[in-house]
Amino acid sequence: MDIPYTVEVRRDTGLTNGKIGIWLFLASEVMLFGALFASYILIRVGNPSWPRGDTILNVPLATFNTVVLISSSVTMVMAWASLMRHRFGTFRIYMGATILLGFVFLVVKYFEYSHKFHDGLYPSTNNFLALYFTLTGLHMLHVFGGMVVNAYFWGPGAKLWKTNPVWFTNRVEHSGLFWHFVDLVWIFLFPVLYLL
Amino acid sequence: MSQPGAVAAPALHGAHEAHHEELGFWRKYVFSTDHKVIGIQYAITGLLFLLFGFALMMLMRWQLAYPGAALPLIGNLLGEARMPGGTMLPDFYNELGAMHGTIMVFLGVVPLAVGGFGNFVLPLQIGAPDMAFPKLNMLSYQSFVLGGLTMLVSFLVPGGAAQSGWTSYAPLAIIAPGQTMWLVGMIFLITSSLLGAINFIATTIQLRVKGLTFMRFPFFVWTQFVTAFLLLLAFPPLEAAAVMQLMDRLAGTSFFLPSGLVVSGQVLAVAGGGNPLLWQHLFWFLAHPEVYVLILPALGIVAEIIANNTRKPLWGYRSMVYSLVFLGFMSFIVWAHHMFMTGMGTEMAAFFQTTTMIISIPSVVILTALIISLWGGSIRFNTPMLFAVAFLPMFGIGGLTGLPLAFNITDIPLHDTYYVIGHFHYVVAPGTIFGLFAGLYYWFPKATGRMMNETLGKIHFFGTLVCMNVVFMPMFLMGMAGVSRRLFDGGAIYDFAQPVLHFNVVSSWGAWTLAIFQIPFIFNFFWSIWKGAKVGDNPWQATTIEWAAPSPPPHGNFVEAPQAYRGPYEYSVPGAAKDFTPQHEA
Repeated sequence: MDIPYTVEVRRDTGLTNGKIGIWLFLASEVMLFGALFASYILIRVGNPSWPRGDTILNVPLATFNTVVLISSSVTMVMAWASLMRHRFGTFRIYMGATILLGFVFLVVKYFEYSHKFHDGLYPSTNNFLALYFTLTGLHMLHVFGGMVVNAYFWGPGAKLWKTNPVWFTNRVEHSGLFWHFVDLVWIFLFPVLYLL
Repeated sequence: MSQPGAVAAPALHGAHEAHHEELGFWRKYVFSTDHKVIGIQYAITGLLFLLFGFALMMLMRWQLAYPGAALPLIGNLLGEARMPGGTMLPDFYNELGAMHGTIMVFLGVVPLAVGGFGNFVLPLQIGAPDMAFPKLNMLSYQSFVLGGLTMLVSFLVPGGAAQSGWTSYAPLAIIAPGQTMWLVGMIFLITSSLLGAINFIATTIQLRVKGLTFMRFPFFVWTQFVTAFLLLLAFPPLEAAAVMQLMDRLAGTSFFLPSGLVVSGQVLAVAGGGNPLLWQHLFWFLAHPEVYVLILPALGIVAEIIANNTRKPLWGYRSMVYSLVFLGFMSFIVWAHHMFMTGMGTEMAAFFQTTTMIISIPSVVILTALIISLWGGSIRFNTPMLFAVAFLPMFGIGGLTGLPLAFNITDIPLHDTYYVIGHFHYVVAPGTIFGLFAGLYYWFPKATGRMMNETLGKIHFFGTLVCMNVVFMPMFLMGMAGVSRRLFDGGAIYDFAQPVLHFNVVSSWGAWTLAIFQIPFIFNFFWSIWKGAKVGDNPWQATTIEWAAPSPPPHGNFVEAPQAYRGPYEYSVPGAAKDFTPQHEA
């Protein structure tokens, strides 16, 4: 027994199951981060004073990380586009670059975190830092999750390319949608935490 | 798997079975990706948790009826830390209260209603071979089991289970013991329901058979579809809140802790500046839609059974569907009516009491449509129908007693009393659980190929109906007399409560008798699996597509892919040869 519309598109909806699934998942992710941003607003307006992000956090490092993450979104699209043009070798290169850039992001984040801990700044220090660590921590988990999935498609999951290239391309597209979402969350986190 | 009910097309059926290899025990029953097996796993696990949650409540009812008295036999078994000499300690009472709520809502009713019935029935009703993502479905069940085990194990760890109510209000929940396990368990359960919700929506949109347009969906499919959206969008904010509460407990943050909080005479050494109301907002942003997650699948089940047993189409199917969708949408903007007591401000209260009044309209439309559906029908009073019909007034009582709670001004004297307990239990216990019982009796022949015993079913029904009312009706009276709902002694220390204290005894005996009346059900359930009367594929002469599949349906469900030719409830069509015209017959 096969589940229909895993690979081919259902005509009246114009979608595959996976495409609907990933968008629904992203909808729930929007609610997750939306709730956290809403909490940020409520806690911030409830405090008589609130530090400017750039007085505590390292803006140049975060700007560098923003560039890294946006570049990784570009390479992600290129990876998918290579599959669409049946160039598996180029896919490997771009997908590898995406994973590598994600890794660079995490390494930079690691230095930011350890620098804060070194300065005696912890989540318990104040609610600005509590929000900073919780929001960026959760975001880092998402980056890591995306990297794991991408690494799977770069490595063992790529076997599917030989047997069912259309399905494999779709899967990479779905992984890419998630990756762009994670990127987008950072685009919101960066100004909210570092600049405002 | 043998197919006792597959009398219609045994030869074809066997041929279909031969297509795939026979799976081993573990793959077939434990790590199955078949939606029917997962549905049954969910249903049985959910039923066990319902029983466990009920047992916790029966212990509490002892303390409420006879405060401070030693509980014979069972009391000594629970140990010195919980019930020294058989007398319950307040901490243990609080654990029981918090875990009763948590288990009933998140581990009992929702897994049975959504995980069980949704998984088993929904793909069959839309003619699908399985769910859209079978592996995610399995993961969803496993994550649910992990969450459930975490909750159960929390009773045994030092400090015990969560003690801060199923609502886990901050700051109490942050300083009270036992909460960490609860939060970890909740994160598993939220993951489980997220995977389930994605699966349900994708399945409904993508895998419905040819000809099955949205307006030809059985009402049950609609209720599951809307429920899945509520789960998908309402649970993540609670996940965010759970993460923040975990941070508060483990990393020492102050998301929900205000400055200068004094605990046991000491100012708490935290940064402060947090907002306790934020927890309530995030919690109820989930938990109000959750109320509809509890009730909507039951409404769907009841609608199916009423249409089937009145031998009439549902009255006002379209209005019911539009009401349902509107209800689902509105359920996201009524949450703060749980928070009138917090002093959040009159403007907020005015907004939320208005939306709450508005949301009662679609609920009443659906309930009225179901009642009118009975009119002029030739009703068959079998066990599922009895439960379905009894659902209507019970849910009605639950709903109508909610109206005074919707208004800020009348809510304030009632909110922290037993009145609220009575109100929501009428919605969930004789309401939803009656719907679920109805569904169990109704779809049992589809899952097993055998009927459940009618006589035992009727004993179960009448006993349960009477006992449920004996348990919950006195709570309205106690609540209106002003007895607070979270008291360890049931109000015994208060003078004003003395005239109504005897209702506690009535309620408790009602609960224990209710347990006795579940024995016929439990016996009937297991006995009928092996010894029940064998029936064909469509014993209720129903019209919806799940009855086109063999009973029990094989892997892949249908012998040949069905097709929908008409709406879901074509009963007693004038001029037709029989009094039901199935959706799948050309």
